[in-house]
Amino acid sequence: MNTFLEQLPVVIGALNVGFIQTLKLFSLTLLGAFPLGLIIAFGSLSKIRAISVTTQFIIWIIRGTPLMIQLLIVYYFPGLVLHNPIWGGGEQGRFLAATLAFVINYACYFSEIYRGGIQSVPVGQTEAGLVLGMTRRQIFFHVTLLQMIKRIVPPISNEIITLVKDTALARIIALQEIIWAGQAFMKGSHGISGAIWPLFFTAFYYLVFNGIVTVLLAKFERKLDYFR
Amino acid sequence: MPILEVRNLRKTFGKTEVLKGIDFTLEKGGVLSVIGSSGSGKTTMLRCLNFLERPDAGSIIVNGETLLDCSVPSTLNEAEIRKKRLHFGLVFQSFNLFPQYAALENVMLSPKLLAAERHDHDFDKGALRAEAEELFASIGLSERMGNYPHQLSGGQQQRVAIARALIMHPDILCFDEPTSALDPELTGEVLKVIRGLSEKNTTMIIVTHEMEFARDVANHVIFMDNGVICEQGDPLEVFNNPKEERTKQFLSRYSQK
Repeated sequence: MNTFLEQLPVVIGALNVGFIQTLKLFSLTLLGAFPLGLIIAFGSLSKIRAISVTTQFIIWIIRGTPLMIQLLIVYYFPGLVLHNPIWGGGEQGRFLAATLAFVINYACYFSEIYRGGIQSVPVGQTEAGLVLGMTRRQIFFHVTLLQMIKRIVPPISNEIITLVKDTALARIIALQEIIWAGQAFMKGSHGISGAIWPLFFTAFYYLVFNGIVTVLLAKFERKLDYFR
Repeated sequence: MPILEVRNLRKTFGKTEVLKGIDFTLEKGGVLSVIGSSGSGKTTMLRCLNFLERPDAGSIIVNGETLLDCSVPSTLNEAEIRKKRLHFGLVFQSFNLFPQYAALENVMLSPKLLAAERHDHDFDKGALRAEAEELFASIGLSERMGNYPHQLSGGQQQRVAIARALIMHPDILCFDEPTSALDPELTGEVLKVIRGLSEKNTTMIIVTHEMEFARDVANHVIFMDNGVICEQGDPLEVFNNPKEERTKQFLSRYSQK
């Protein structure tokens, strides 16, 4: 298989498999980090100092260290240090470890965006709810939340688009996502070796997918245009 | 028996004593105007009545029921405070309508949530809506029920805020400078609504800088200065014949305008 046209279908097939892993990591990260981020945001806003200080300390560590190191620690720490390799050695174990590291990392970034969003809703909104007899819980879910979401869509969109590309970092623990699949053709994979173009070609996948994400997020942003 | 009795209300923020012992009573159906310069403690007093601030001392008695007595050590939980709070309504200077709800939904939101919370299956949504529509008719905004707050003028927003407070049937409706955030040409429509409420014997406390309005609509006026009630009495008496030097100074500054 030497000509480009012969290689193309083989490469695309392998990249598709890798990209499915990328998409899975991407979606599960969002699914976990959206709610976890909110819990962390409440933690850092807590009136109980011990909770807010501890939460802010954790956020500092997670945001202050490279995600790549966090991936390595989550994956290798249980086995190498605790002698309890909870992840196992297979692709499934690598995927779970990567997902956990990504969820924690992104939840911390989201929490800071949420916190800003919650604090930017005027306190008069909460007070209006209180004098109308609502509970704090009702006020959060029926008054504050949607106003906060409207304010955080642009910064969250930024993070989501970064996440699409950040999933490539999972390659450090040999998760078989799209970059891993592309790089494999350099060493040899599916009977092709010494080919670097498949690695470059992966950029196309990211670009198209981010295009779709951007359009969807813009649509969502417009949906919230009905109020100010 | 007065509907509201406030005794020795005190409130300190940090080192600043904002309320230094406020005493007054209000009869059912009465309208109380509170005047005074900025920083005299008028807003803090209203916020204490609505349980948005916790006073350091004093008591609040509504219809003979002691809602708050700071001399008795007690820790009120959130649910108790909510119940007490509902004796009062509050209309804010900055309206504080909920932007994501249309005007009608703004008015109906709290009664709906409260009914859902107590699992009230007999809750008559139709009756609530009819009442809300009636309120919109009374504030002259029947045509604008479906509009979102940002589509309404300031005066219209404040009228909706009044309807939203009224639907909770408070014993005493409080206004915190209801026209101060409005363009001068929009204050009239809001004052007209408040005037209409006084004709229907709604018990109200109105903190305002509209002196003429304070004099005309109220049957009792309080002049606050530096955290105390400097002078109070019949509006005509206080406005035309003030006894205290501070009241005279304050009123003369307004009449010069």
